[in-house]
Amino acid sequence: MMPMSRESKVEGREPDGVSRPALGPRPSTLGHYLSLYAALWRNSVIREMGFKTNFLLWIVVEALWFVLQLSFIGVLYLHTDHIGTWTKWQVIALVGTSHLIQQLFTALFLTNLTALSEHIRTGKLDFMLLLPVNTRFLISLRQVDLGGFVNAFSALGVVGYALHRLGHTPGFVQVIGYLMLVVVGITLHYSLMLMLTASSFWTVRAQGIVWGYYNLFNIARLPDEAFRGTFKVVFTFALPMLLVSNVPAKLLVDKLGSPFEILLLVTLAVLIFLASEILWRTALKRYTSASS
Amino acid sequence: MGKYWHVLNIGLQNTLVYRVNFLFRASFGLVPLMAVISVWRTIYLGKSGGQIANYELTQMVSYYLVITIVDALTAVTEDDWQIAADIKDGNISQFLLKPMDYLAYRFCLFGAGRLVYAAVALVPTVLFIWCLRDSFILPPDAATAAGFLVSVALTAVLQFLFSFTLALLAFWVLEVATFIFIAFAFEYIAGGHLFPLDLLPPAVAGVLDYTPFPYMLFFPVSVWLGRVTGEALWLGVLVQLLWIVAAYGLARCVWNRGIRKYSAVGG
Repeated sequence: MMPMSRESKVEGREPDGVSRPALGPRPSTLGHYLSLYAALWRNSVIREMGFKTNFLLWIVVEALWFVLQLSFIGVLYLHTDHIGTWTKWQVIALVGTSHLIQQLFTALFLTNLTALSEHIRTGKLDFMLLLPVNTRFLISLRQVDLGGFVNAFSALGVVGYALHRLGHTPGFVQVIGYLMLVVVGITLHYSLMLMLTASSFWTVRAQGIVWGYYNLFNIARLPDEAFRGTFKVVFTFALPMLLVSNVPAKLLVDKLGSPFEILLLVTLAVLIFLASEILWRTALKRYTSASS
Repeated sequence: MGKYWHVLNIGLQNTLVYRVNFLFRASFGLVPLMAVISVWRTIYLGKSGGQIANYELTQMVSYYLVITIVDALTAVTEDDWQIAADIKDGNISQFLLKPMDYLAYRFCLFGAGRLVYAAVALVPTVLFIWCLRDSFILPPDAATAAGFLVSVALTAVLQFLFSFTLALLAFWVLEVATFIFIAFAFEYIAGGHLFPLDLLPPAVAGVLDYTPFPYMLFFPVSVWLGRVTGEALWLGVLVQLLWIVAAYGLARCVWNRGIRKYSAVGG
């Protein structure tokens, strides 16, 4: 019943699509997607402004947890002056970088990806498949969480202050490289999270898995030298949590052992992104819609 | 009394549905635990004395392992969201009509949830501790173990009352999630989740001792590790009891006020 009804819905909808010339005949250009994304942004801003207090309170929550992480580092360094070779302000820069990546990821993707299992469970995904846009684009970017950008700024502030305390002024190339690696990091988190949520095509309820990913974030903000053995291998090469914020932070504070680390991070990010695309396509192929 | 046994029974059956979810939760939770233990190991490696704030490495590792145990037995996971939802959706109307006390009802469900969670988490947690058995300290004697059990039971009650009262905010505000997270953040650091509280400067730790938070996690863990013994142990239990009485009073008071405000939306 399910695939049949999906097809018939597609047919039923066609005249509707034609009657809207604004979307153009074959909308697949970059410009078109940019204007679509701008519309999604507008929507998100309007939605957030509907609940102003809540919007502000969420920023407070995130800021509080950030302070919590920083105070953890502060307390650690009351009792030691180095973790491996990492000094206090280097670790603070690392925690800040991790927070920056996490918050930008939250702002752009998190709400959307966590909603996927719900879309599958309720069959809402059907509607998205029918829209004349790339479905991955839509499920990844539908909502923007503006609070995340505010928190990203506070993270940048902390990184800046840590650099000041280190007495280190990074060069122009370093800063550009850092920002690019931050983008790589966000992409990596995004691809991994998409793969995890795509598992809800099979298990339907994926909350446990999504929650599990939150635990992985927690590793990313710790200095890589604190780890060894299997743990380090797994979280460097399979789930590169120990690279994602360590590499940009190390580049920024002049701590990078060799450029090989950057290469490794970028390569893994590309591989994981490709893997997520393959998994996404496989998952969509076997999607048979819920109920209906 | 019998009716609450039924609630407990229903709660057990309902939460058993989520056993796979619980298993994921418990297993994934071991990853950051492993990470924090690694960090401490590295710190101790670079430390000549072998002690930090009177903690040997084995004690420090055990601290985090015991936290995991206490957490499995006492932490509130879903209950506060459910209570808030009950109020928001008007589901509590039925409790105003039935001869059933909502607080007691919720407490039974909380107990059932903890029993199931602890049972499910037992396997991964024990496996994990087994791997770290060289660094795992058991309570030094039977009396300490008994003290630990008593303080854990009281911790669970305190945790429940704290979350219950917080969730009752739903009578006044539409969205309680932010408040719950803010309170949780305080509990997380002041309860000793991140690090043992005696790592803090004495002045700060002293101030925290006047809040209920250390008695919601740090205290039972310290008892297990044998860091609180004899008179101090029973004094601590007494403080826990006092906080429970206070929290219970507050919960009742907030409930009564909330009910007056309650308008049974969608009930």
